[in-house]
This record gives sequence, structure tokens and C-alpha cells, in this order.
Amino acid sequence: MSHAPVLEHAPPRGFLRTHVFSVDHKVIGKQYLDLALVAVCTGMVLSWLMRLHLAWPTLSIPGLEKLSPNGAAGGVITPEYYLSLMTMHGTIMVFFVLTTAPFAGFGNYFLPIQVGAEDMAFPRINMASFWVTLVAFLVLISSFFVHDGPALSGWTAYAPLSAVGKDAGPGQGAGQTLWAVSIAIFCVAQLLGALNFIATTLDLRTRGMSLARMPFSTWAWFITAVIGLIAFAVLMPACILLILDRVAGTSFFIPAGLVISDRLQPHAGGSPLLWQHLFWFFGHPEVYIAILPGFGIISHILPVFARKPLLGPRAMIGCLIAIAFLSYTVWGHHMFLSGMNPFSATLFSVPTLIITIPATIVTLLWIGTIYGAKLRFTTPALFCLGFVSVFVSGGISGFFLAQPSTDVYLHGTYFVVAHFHFVMGVAAMFGIFAGTYFWFPKMFGRLMNETLGKWHFWLTFIGVYCVFMPMHYLGLAGNVRRYSAFTDDYLKPLIPLHQFITVAALFTGAAQLIFLFNLLRSRFRGPKAPANPWEATTLEWSTTSPPPFDNFGGHPPVVQRGPNEYGVKGAAGDYVMQAAP
Amino acid sequence: MGKLFAVVLTIITVVSTAIFATRVWWLPTDISLHGPRIDHQLVETMVSCGVLFVVSQLSLAAFAWRYGDRRDGRPVKAFPGGATPMVVMAVVLVGAEILALTFVGAKLWAGIYQTPPDPNSLAIDVQAEQFAFYFRYPGPDGKPGATHPELMNEATENYFGLDPAHDTTARDDIVVPTLTIPVNRPILLTLRAKDVNHAFYVPELRIQQDFVPGLAIPLHFTAVQTGKFEIVCTQLCGLGHYNMRAYVEVMPQDRFDEWLKEKVAQQ
Repeated sequence: MSHAPVLEHAPPRGFLRTHVFSVDHKVIGKQYLDLALVAVCTGMVLSWLMRLHLAWPTLSIPGLEKLSPNGAAGGVITPEYYLSLMTMHGTIMVFFVLTTAPFAGFGNYFLPIQVGAEDMAFPRINMASFWVTLVAFLVLISSFFVHDGPALSGWTAYAPLSAVGKDAGPGQGAGQTLWAVSIAIFCVAQLLGALNFIATTLDLRTRGMSLARMPFSTWAWFITAVIGLIAFAVLMPACILLILDRVAGTSFFIPAGLVISDRLQPHAGGSPLLWQHLFWFFGHPEVYIAILPGFGIISHILPVFARKPLLGPRAMIGCLIAIAFLSYTVWGHHMFLSGMNPFSATLFSVPTLIITIPATIVTLLWIGTIYGAKLRFTTPALFCLGFVSVFVSGGISGFFLAQPSTDVYLHGTYFVVAHFHFVMGVAAMFGIFAGTYFWFPKMFGRLMNETLGKWHFWLTFIGVYCVFMPMHYLGLAGNVRRYSAFTDDYLKPLIPLHQFITVAALFTGAAQLIFLFNLLRSRFRGPKAPANPWEATTLEWSTTSPPPFDNFGGHPPVVQRGPNEYGVKGAAGDYVMQAAP
Repeated sequence: MGKLFAVVLTIITVVSTAIFATRVWWLPTDISLHGPRIDHQLVETMVSCGVLFVVSQLSLAAFAWRYGDRRDGRPVKAFPGGATPMVVMAVVLVGAEILALTFVGAKLWAGIYQTPPDPNSLAIDVQAEQFAFYFRYPGPDGKPGATHPELMNEATENYFGLDPAHDTTARDDIVVPTLTIPVNRPILLTLRAKDVNHAFYVPELRIQQDFVPGLAIPLHFTAVQTGKFEIVCTQLCGLGHYNMRAYVEVMPQDRFDEWLKEKVAQQ
């Protein structure tokens, strides 16, 4: 633990150094969040286009032809363009929203403040990680403008479809290469970020901030960084191998004897399953990279509005560590039916089911925290409760997919789509919303509008259930995912349900405009925020809103206690701050 | 606000559960020998997960109702017994559920995917390609001809790359676009992909398996009902993925024998 001043850099001068190429973790955190905002708007518009096409396949969407003259001639989405929209939706959401916002965004801004540091351990590397992420995003978006369109082999980019190049059809040209390049670049940024998070947590904690006194959100970001360090270190070489297969004639993922478009492919010796193993070795931990910061944020925020300590703080941290460890033992559950040895399916099924134990415990701890509380129903509190609800809904369907014997039927259907959207999409988004409403006053020194926030919550909460719960029913009826139209006889009776989901998705998407308006308006016109508007205990609330450049005005706080001191009898108010003498 | 949250969440929970319970949308009727056990495992999982779902959501709703916006001046109170009983309960109950599911489920899975096929199975080769399935029966000699990727050609309909000019075993091979099988007879499919990943999925047969280029993957099942059912691809394989399908036609043994005879005569 370091007690001496950790950084010697003075506040920067000039607009560029202050707001653009800044080494200040707070500016970088906001830049990540702004990037995630642009990405989430893009990803959501893509999902609207997909949903419209699924419900009304011949619908002409005005203006779409301009974006893609080939993919949407006359505004009608072609099957291949549908798959491109789907691939880009998944990639943008998973990498540039669910990884970027809750981990890199909030983590960058608040981890150093919560441990009482002046900045991240390596501020320049921190700045580099953001700019590298931005480059990765721009590379990905640029694939919309290449001749045969963006990649279409899904966010999982299964080889050999993704590896053999143009012969495999549209979307397998430059678009797919740009996809792999973008993800490889993204991995670099994440590795740099993860190193910084780990070093900062271990080395820059202020006096008195023992590991046991760290806020739950800090714990979650730290554990997520450890997961990311291992996961992205595998995905990056996998992407490089994929790029080599595509452009350098190697055959890492391509076996001999493939005939595509009547042409015998000049490859031999590769394994398509190798890509799946490498991808899912990253891909499953990635689910936890998306959701663990949400766990931390909810565990951090819920006690503030319950006005009582989080139930079982040590159990909570133990569960986070257990989940992180188990996340590396379960990747094969994505591959039960992949052609991998069926013996290993049982082997991967058991840890997958075991991971439900810590997941159940954390849920019970949150619900138990609400018991006997004095709940203050602010917008962040509502999103916390919503998080618990949608996480339960999404987590439970995992039981069906974790068992090879039931996965036989449900694999590849909308049941899977429902599961992962609830558990890592919607739940993580609720964590992001809770974090935004909670920390906005600290970040911008202004309060968000509570009435608009509550409208946003109610419409979103009801909306997401209308969108994603019916997808379970589709899955049970055998509705296959990744279809751009339902021409199969047995799928036709399900089209009305798809139309319902589309209407609900448009409605829920429109409700996000309330959030966007509130966010932008409050940033400039919201009422001034006090230093600690929510009466919270952690260090970020001991400093001004927004904090000064070095976070604590040259006086690093000395921590006296843990973050969980709510409902304290005899205290002024009902809480004691971590740095209070 | 707490009461409103409780009411909304209760409505969501009740409506969602009711739709599951009344099976408004449900699995199609099973036509396979192993299917009833899969359906049973699915229903077992559904019931235990349903209980967990309803109990968790309703306790969340109840606590939000009871402890929301309290102005009664009473202090907050801790959960009775603290976290330990909760942790123990979760480990024991969820652990027991996992053991039960794994014990039954692993046997069930092993019965389908890890057991060797019946030696009397009817062996059929399946070739998946962008965006169709083709099925090959070995013909009267009982031997399938060798496949040669360089001979695969769409225009000449040589989907398997057979070489009847030089390979006598290939001459009587029967290649059809519909999987025709007799009822109540074990079937052994060998799945091969010509180009990219595909998958074989027949919801009514409760069976699904990926095709992987470079691998020959065995898949066996027995259909116990006659009829015509769709085979769909569930592994993203390119632009025509949504349209990649074939049919499986299950017929009585005598009709199947006739069909096979007809096909042999056409060779």
C-alpha cells in the first residue's frame, strides 16, 4: 500500500489536454461512457431494423437504401443484410456497450476515487486504452461502407464460414476481415485497461483502505479485470489466427476438402472446433465481464437506498470470486452439440450448473438486504430492484441450457436468445442505468430529473419483459434463431408473436429517448448537486461534485471503516462515511 | 412507489408463469423413442425453475411492498439469522437440485449421444451444404461409394463427389433430398459438411447436432410415428441459412421397402 503522493502531474492546460487527449481517469471514464452511448444507440437501431424485418419481411424502410444500396434495395432488407445487422448488433452491444460502459466507463471514473487514489496507476496507458478502443469501434463501423457489406457470421464468427473468404458468400470479404481486426484491436485496449485496474487496486489504495474495506463495486471491477486479462489474452491471438487464415493462406481453422461455390478450397489441416474452443474460452468469461460490474454496482447502490448494510458482505465477495473462477471451466456448454466429444458435455455441464449456486446466493443476499429496509424509491433504487428481477428471470432459464439433455431441444432456438438477453443484456443495462442515475451528480455536478427517470424505469421494465419473455415461448415451440424470415411451415403460426415482440421493442426503444433527453439536458441544465446527495458512505461522496483534478484536493482521505455502515444507530443521519474520523 | 413495483412485478410473474403452465406455446408432439425422457427432464426443470422464479420474484415484490417508503420511524432490521442460513440453504437446495438434474440428465444424454448405435441400424450418410441437405443410402451392395471433394458439383448433381466411372460401390448409391426412413427402426446418420458448419434439427425428433467440416459425426435415433416433418439448419451458414431445410418422411417398413426398391430400379 502506498502512502506517499502517487502522481506528480499537475492539472493540464488547454482544451485538447483537458477534454480530448486527457490522462485524467475521470475524463477517460466519461469518454468511454460517451462511446458506449453512441454504440448503444447504433446497436439499438440495428435491433429495430432486425425486428421490423422479422415481423414484416417485405416492409420497405425509408432511407435504408442509402446506407446499403445492395443490402436494402428499395429499403427492403435482404437475408444477408439481416445477418449483417444481427452480427453488428451483437458485436457492438457485447464489446462496445456491455464491456465498455460498466467496466471501462464507470470503473475508470470511480475505481481510483473509491480506493482514494489520485488517478490510475498508469495514466498514459489508460488514455491509450480508450483511444485504441475508439479505433476498434471505428474499424468495425467502417465495415458498413465496404462493398459487400459488414460481416454476417454472427458475433461468434464461427469458422470456416468466417475464415474462407469471399467464396462463402456476401459479408465474407473485407467486412469479415475488418470485424476480426476490430476485435483484435479491442482486445489490446482491454488488456491495457485490465492491467491498469489491477495495478491501481493493488498498489494505490489510500491509508486505511484494506482489501476488506473496499466498496463492492471496486471489488467487482477488480475481479472483472482479472477475468478480462485472461479472456482477452486468448481472444486476441484467436483473431490474429483468423485474420491469417483469411489473408495469408494459413489453415488454422479450415480443414481439407472444403468445396465452396463449386471450388475446392486451397486449405488443409485446420480445425473449425479450435475456433469455437478459443472463442468460447473468451466468450463465456465475457458474459461475466459484462455482468459482474453490474453485481458490484447493485451491491454498492442497494444499501444506500435500503438504508441498511448489504447482507453478507463477505459472502458476496466470495461469490464474485467463485463466479470468476468457475467462469473459466464452463465454456464447453456452448458446444454440447458442436461435434465435440459428447463425454465432455457432461463434464462442462456440472460446473455450469454449480455456477448457479453463487448466482443464487448473491440474488438472495440482495433480496435479504431489502428485508427490513427503509427503501427510498429513487430512480437508481428502482433500477436496482429491476436488475434483481431481470437477473432472476434470465438466470433461471440457464438451468435448461446448462443440461445437455434439454439443450438438445433448445439449442439454437429463441430460448437461448431470451436467456442471454435477460441475463447479460437487460440485467447489465439495468446495472448501467442504476450506475448512471446514481453517479451522474458526482460526474457532472448536476442532478438528473427524477420524474423523467421514473418514467424511463417503468416503461423500460415493462417493455423488456414484453420483448424477451415471449422469446422463451418461441424457443419452446422450436423457433430457430438467426433466421431472417420464417418460411418453414411450422414457424408460420409464430409470426404474430414476433410482431408483438417487434412492437414491444420499438416501444421500449422509444422509451430510451426519455433517458437520452434527461441525460443530455441534465448535463447542462440540471440543478446543482451537493457533494453527497444520496447520503452514501464511500469515498467518491467525500469529495466535491464533480471531484477536482486530483480527486481529493491534495488531501488523500484516510479510511476508517468499511463501506457498509448504513442504518447506524446514534450516527448523525443514519450512516457513517468511510473517511469520517 | 414500493406498492406499485410490487403490483407490476406480481402481474409480470403471474402472466409469464401462466403462459408457461398452460402451454400456449409448447413443444411439438414428440415422435422419437428417446423424446419422452427429454420432455420429462424439461418439465422437471420447468417445475423446479418455475418455483424458484415465482418465489424469488414474489419475495422481491413483497419486500418492496412492505419496506418501501417507510415513514413509521422504526429502525431498519437485519434479515433473521443473517447471511449464513441463506448461504447454507442455497448450497443445499440448489446443490440437491443440481445433483438430481445431473444424475438423470447425464444418463439421458449418454443414452442418446454416448451409446453406440444398434447394430441393425439403417445407415444413411447426410451431406450438408449451403443451403441444402442431401441423403445417401448405400444401395443393394450395402457399401457406400468413396467421396471425392474435387468431384462435388452442383450442376451435375454430384453432391457427394461420387465417382461411379471408377468406383463400383458408388454406382448403386441412392442420393435423395428427403430423408426417408422406416418407423420403429433405429437410424444411424453420419453427418458431413461440404463447406461450412450446419446443423441437423428436427424438433419433433428431439434431436439436434452440428455438422462440422472435416468431421464425420454419428447421430442415431428411432422414430416411432409416421409422418412428414421439417429438418432445419440451426447453425449460421450464410445468407440462405433461414431457407435451408429438408424433410424427414417416416413411413411404415413395407412402404419404405417399396420406396427403396423403386429408387434402386431408377439407378
